[in-house]
Amino acid sequence: MSFRAQFELHDWNEVKQSIYSKTSADVETALHVSKRTLEDFKALISPAASRYLEPMARLSRELTQKRFGKTIQMYIPLYLSNECTNICTYCGFSLDNKVRRRTLNADEILKEVEVIKSLGYEHVLLVTGEANQTVHVDYFKKALDLIRPHFAQVSMEVQPLNQDEYEQLIPLGLHSVLIYQETYHQEDYRKHHPKGKKSNFNYRLETPDRLGRAGIYKMGLGVLIGLEDWRTDSFFTALHLNYLERTYWQTRYSLSFPRLRPFSGGLEPKVEMTDKELVQLICAYRIMNEEVEISLSTRESEKFRNHCIQLGVTSISAGSKTNPGGYAVEPDSLEQFEISDERSPAQIAEMIRMGGYEPVWKDWDNVFV
Amino acid sequence: MLKIADKEFQSRLFTGTGKFSSSDLMEEALLASGSELVTVALRRVDMNNTQDDILTHLKHAHIHLLPNTSGVRNAKEAVFAAQLAREALETNWLKLEIHPDPKYLMPDPIETLKATEELAKLGFVILPYIHADPVLCKRLENAGASAVMPLGSPIGSNKGLKTIDFLEIIIEQSNVPVVVDAGIGSPSDAALAMEIGADAVLVNTAIAVAGDPVAMAAAFKLAVQAGRMAFEARLGNKGNFAAATSPLTAFLDEF
Ligand code: SF4
Repeated sequence: MSFRAQFELHDWNEVKQSIYSKTSADVETALHVSKRTLEDFKALISPAASRYLEPMARLSRELTQKRFGKTIQMYIPLYLSNECTNICTYCGFSLDNKVRRRTLNADEILKEVEVIKSLGYEHVLLVTGEANQTVHVDYFKKALDLIRPHFAQVSMEVQPLNQDEYEQLIPLGLHSVLIYQETYHQEDYRKHHPKGKKSNFNYRLETPDRLGRAGIYKMGLGVLIGLEDWRTDSFFTALHLNYLERTYWQTRYSLSFPRLRPFSGGLEPKVEMTDKELVQLICAYRIMNEEVEISLSTRESEKFRNHCIQLGVTSISAGSKTNPGGYAVEPDSLEQFEISDERSPAQIAEMIRMGGYEPVWKDWDNVFV
Repeated sequence: MLKIADKEFQSRLFTGTGKFSSSDLMEEALLASGSELVTVALRRVDMNNTQDDILTHLKHAHIHLLPNTSGVRNAKEAVFAAQLAREALETNWLKLEIHPDPKYLMPDPIETLKATEELAKLGFVILPYIHADPVLCKRLENAGASAVMPLGSPIGSNKGLKTIDFLEIIIEQSNVPVVVDAGIGSPSDAALAMEIGADAVLVNTAIAVAGDPVAMAAAFKLAVQAGRMAFEARLGNKGNFAAATSPLTAFLDEF
């Protein structure tokens, strides 16, 4: 069994219709019942719930503090490569984008690591495009060998791999893998991924199952907000999360909500998501799921991030560069997308403290590897 | 409707056959309960005798037998007992009970997991009786159990749902039906188990030793229905909303 079987039981249009027909009464039920179902989640992300933002925010904050206390985890991305053999309509690294390509070698990786370490980080997220000729499992193995000794926690956001490849990487200290479906709308998925391995919707959809079977400690899910109706996409993410939590019950889960950001020659979002709607979505996930980690990247604005740490978010990045070599080796190479919050990690940590929360740089140590 | 393995049940009340003052009374009570799954202790049945007293009183079309391994002390004995039961009673359904402790009859989690792994390979539909241990329940599910049967309180104690916090976690996480077993002493306990989302309850002592077992069986039948209905109607939250501090979302209007 994999998620695909469950996924195929749901029709996109029916789900969408059912979310948009939720009423105030459904939202109030969702807020007040003792146990919440996916139907409640639909109510919480529905247009009808937009009038309940403040009670949702209060409940979300209460539940988040109950589980996580007043802490925010700090992480930073390290882009290893911008080589990519896929075409994705929304991405600066897309094959049809004529930019100089670069994959960091061992020396370069260590230079980047040095800068990131000096910022205080213990949790690094390795990012690449999909270029299986150069950036493959052997490259990742070497990268992990180099990087792992310098950090308590290493995560990865790279192309989907096979189960046995994950099984090779986990013992080397790979702690978590983020794998976004981008959109659960199959036809739109095809439109946005016309070429390359990524155009295989089902291979991507089943990646969390492969990760779960491989025994990953933590995995991150999400969609790229702006490609399709975010409410419907978020329902499918919740459905996926729900399935994974029950099936791979030893794994932890995180969610993020990347909104389409400008990049050179970029795609206009098909669907706009306002800040209010993003707050609604964050709170809805938290009310539905007390345990899931919720992270917010530097795609979001300063002001928005300042407030969101109160609302349900549990981890944020700061000082991020979204280009390979961006920290030390080649600061001016092309970014994958523009970041919005430009503050330094120290400034962000200060902002977190001012809000009455504690920035946590290290919360994991794998003593076995 | 409740489905366990390939069988569907209208009634979410499972019952037992022990402790009744006579087989006639047992039969009458079980019929009043509406139960479709009735557990029988293998050690009490004369398996060489088709006219066994208990079995003849259970011959009703809607009643399925659920042999239990009560009395065995380890996985090895359980597997042996299960095979005997399958042959004698012509069912591959099994309530797996392993309690080496004769005083409180506490189920042994390690032997239960081992036995489940082996019996699953032998094609049994296994319903293990266990402590209300959420991790063990997930391990049993992975090992091939078709349902899990966590206890509400010590067997035969009639103390109700002392393990409710853990039962709630088990129910929330489970991919297989959760049947609350042991400790249910009154219809209100059964209703509570159903209200928190249990898929079924198993009641034996509370019916068998009641002043009027037949009336009590009927009361349990109604309680289970009421509890299930309440669960489906969605219960309200008991907690309070946090007192309002300054508004958390006012910043959104400032753009
Ligand atoms: S989103 Fe990923 S796969 Fe697609 S073009 Fe960008 S880097 Fe390549």
